Amino acid sequence: MERKTKVHAEDGKQEIFITREFELPVDLLFRAYSDPELFQEWMSHEYGQCKVVKYESRNHGGWHFQTVSREGKVLFQAHGVFHAVIPGRRIVRTFEMNDSSFAPQLEFLEFENTGDDTSKLTLHMVFQSVGMRDEMLKLPFVQGLNMAYDRLQSIVSKLK
Amino acid sequence: MELRRDVFQAIADPTRRAIITLVAAHAMTPSAIAANFDSSRQTISRHIQILAECELLTQKQTGREIYYHLNPGKMKEIADFIEPFRKFWDDRFNKLEAVMKKYKSKR
Repeated sequence: MERKTKVHAEDGKQEIFITREFELPVDLLFRAYSDPELFQEWMSHEYGQCKVVKYESRNHGGWHFQTVSREGKVLFQAHGVFHAVIPGRRIVRTFEMNDSSFAPQLEFLEFENTGDDTSKLTLHMVFQSVGMRDEMLKLPFVQGLNMAYDRLQSIVSKLK
Repeated sequence: MELRRDVFQAIADPTRRAIITLVAAHAMTPSAIAANFDSSRQTISRHIQILAECELLTQKQTGREIYYHLNPGKMKEIADFIEPFRKFWDDRFNKLEAVMKKYKSKR
């Protein structure tokens, strides 16, 4: 099966391209990014609930969301500014993680109509440096290792 | 004290990436590698040493010469670290698609 989500990260460059084809009309794909309630819903996962603090999806609007654990602890926070919001076509925004050493990144989201019920999203991320880009690419890899380690810890502690 | 080295640190440097590209084509001696760069022989030797410490390059003695080979297993380790990143986004977009399909059918 062909992979729907593709990542293109050229060696030595400070950018990442992520492309994805959706079985959704382009207006619905765009709505997933412009409607705070829908954004909150799809950004939530089993480890944490996404809570939108601010989501002004218009030119020069701000955004801020949190990921909250079942116990109500804030696990992750990110914020930024919408520089341009062109319905059904384009979003330009900045993204910065709170309490992190990562510098803000610039993101270009291009929404394309590829058929009556299909669309394509291109997410182009630009980082301050090549090093920072590489760190960001490694993040899920490192988190995966940490999660595997945590699972191991919990298994080991049960054995005690 | 020697810092712990990893493959990511090794490929962060453009000269070292160039060395990897050269050796990927065929095994080379340190002097043959150095001949491709303007930097001093010592500088290139240092880069080769770092790549060897990270096991990206392996050395093999042929007669009086030492040849450096690329270690394909270690290169795969680098290619593999993008996969968790892709998977992370694939999961996120699968969720988006599922949420929006549900939303569409409710309208």
